[in-house]
Amino acid sequence: MDTLVQVLLDGMLNGMLYALVALGLCLIWGVMDVINFAHGEYVMVAMYVSYWLGFLAKVDPLISIFAGGAFIFILGALTYKLIIHYTVGKPPLSALLATFGLAMLLKNLCLNRFTPNFRILSDTWLGDRTFQLGFLIVPVPQLVTAVLALLVIGLIFYMIRSTRFGWAVQATAMDKEAAELMGINTERIYILVFGIGGATVGIAGGIMPTYLAVHPEVGTMFGLIAFICVAMGGFGSIPGTLMAAILVGVVEALSGYYIAPVFKYVAVFGLYLAVVFLRPKGIFGW
Amino acid sequence: MNALKRKDLFWLALVALAALLPAVSAVSANSFSMHVLILILLYASMSQAWNIIGGYGGQVSFGHSVFFGIGAYGAGMAVVTYGLSPWPGILIGMLAAAVVAVLISYPCFKLSGHYFAIATFAIVEIFNRVFLVWYWVGGALGLDYPIVEEGLKNLMWYDTKTGYFYCALALFVLVFGIVRFLEGHRFGYQLRAVREGQETAESLGVNSTAIKLAAMALSAALAALCGAFFVQYNLRVDPPMVMSLDMSMKFVLVTILGGAGTLAGPLLGAAVLIPLQEYTRALWGGLGGGVDLIIFGLLIIIIVVKQPAGISGIVRDIAKRIGRRPTAAKGGTSYGAA
Repeated sequence: MDTLVQVLLDGMLNGMLYALVALGLCLIWGVMDVINFAHGEYVMVAMYVSYWLGFLAKVDPLISIFAGGAFIFILGALTYKLIIHYTVGKPPLSALLATFGLAMLLKNLCLNRFTPNFRILSDTWLGDRTFQLGFLIVPVPQLVTAVLALLVIGLIFYMIRSTRFGWAVQATAMDKEAAELMGINTERIYILVFGIGGATVGIAGGIMPTYLAVHPEVGTMFGLIAFICVAMGGFGSIPGTLMAAILVGVVEALSGYYIAPVFKYVAVFGLYLAVVFLRPKGIFGW
Repeated sequence: MNALKRKDLFWLALVALAALLPAVSAVSANSFSMHVLILILLYASMSQAWNIIGGYGGQVSFGHSVFFGIGAYGAGMAVVTYGLSPWPGILIGMLAAAVVAVLISYPCFKLSGHYFAIATFAIVEIFNRVFLVWYWVGGALGLDYPIVEEGLKNLMWYDTKTGYFYCALALFVLVFGIVRFLEGHRFGYQLRAVREGQETAESLGVNSTAIKLAAMALSAALAALCGAFFVQYNLRVDPPMVMSLDMSMKFVLVTILGGAGTLAGPLLGAAVLIPLQEYTRALWGGLGGGVDLIIFGLLIIIIVVKQPAGISGIVRDIAKRIGRRPTAAKGGTSYGAA
């Protein structure tokens, strides 16, 4: 029983991290109906930003999240401006293929510059700290990440729901031409959505070097899991993505502990298939 | 249909020309250029197999590495595990791939757009993990070929690559011939009708589910055949080599960069991308830093952004500029209809 609760806790904490990673993809997908295949590579780049700041300038990842966020904001906006912008109105998969090229480019650029070595920061503020809560062992870095994830998700959710900018984003997502007729600069909305989507991933990638090793391939699995979370949650639904991400984290932890670590991704991807076969537009989709 | 058209003559001339290539000593003496030629033929065939469902059928599958892998394991297990000739394994692999394709696709075809694409990613990952720990198929260690007598019976040659070249050419002729036949056949028209508008096609009495499943089964069986050739050429197979997202992406990239839904597209895509991949790898791959893939990635971005109709679109543009009727670039490019 104790073990089960511990595994559930670990899974949920991990799920919150997945939610933060998936949030940016969810925004971009929801507003532009574009799959950004380089999403996982954004995580990887942000992790390198945070790692090098920590390694060279002794900046703690807790502060590097801002640098990571800013860096990926710019990277995201550039991705839109230089690539996605030109795929609008072209066959639906153009954006996916072009961003696959971008993913390949970023991954191998990092491989080229930073070698495939695994790197991890030591002596961070959060370090390997844990605390005991009854019979539960709570890892501090993961807990902080989860709280950060909830904060960012709440903030973005509030922004989309209750600010003028958010309404403009929603209008653009619903009907681009009608939004333009209402005087919304949809081009600017797209750039900002790509930037903000990138920034949230940058924050996730910024804190991760505290407890995860950085290497050029690290983003691939995060990217795939983000796709699964967003698709399972339902087209561009932020609460759906959060729920799906927590579900993914829990299923991953349970199957990894009770069946075998190799089968955890089989279970996660199987869960996705089971969900979309029952509800073809995801849990919160319609 | 009965008389050979000009287009077919063009293809026959191309194949005849290719068949003479090993006789040119400058080509056959250089085993690297033979290697590149073999890979072009292999990737053209793989992509043409994908093109059946992805290009003509408009169902963009990222799961073809699963079928490719099943074919590779079919041949590999016949030789390595059971000590037989690869031929029975190839047939069983093709059959198994077709069955798996139908079982997987039936529920997946209910999904639309990105949901379908992500479902096919998920299937690749599942197969990859299961094969990694499946003892019967060799697990993560994979299958290493023993040295057996060379020749057509074992589909293996050691001294020169000429045998492999003619096998690849036969594969190419078979796959392109099937697709060329389907283009003019009732089935091909129905498939394209389903791509352009499923509801409209259904209203005209086309059973769209049956058509798509049949196309997927054929596409998977041919992809498995290509997988079998791949493993016979490589003499080794393990799950990340064949059942990976990167492999799946190659099917899609070559076809779409060449021009999806056209007969010439896969060949054009392979003829441009494969030499590029192999020569950049030979030139810079050894520096240990993925320079070849950086250039490859950049190129993919540029082609997709600049010319979404693919290389066959570029060919068409050039042909238009010269003022002649294009010989090899014709057909739709509306891949990935949601």
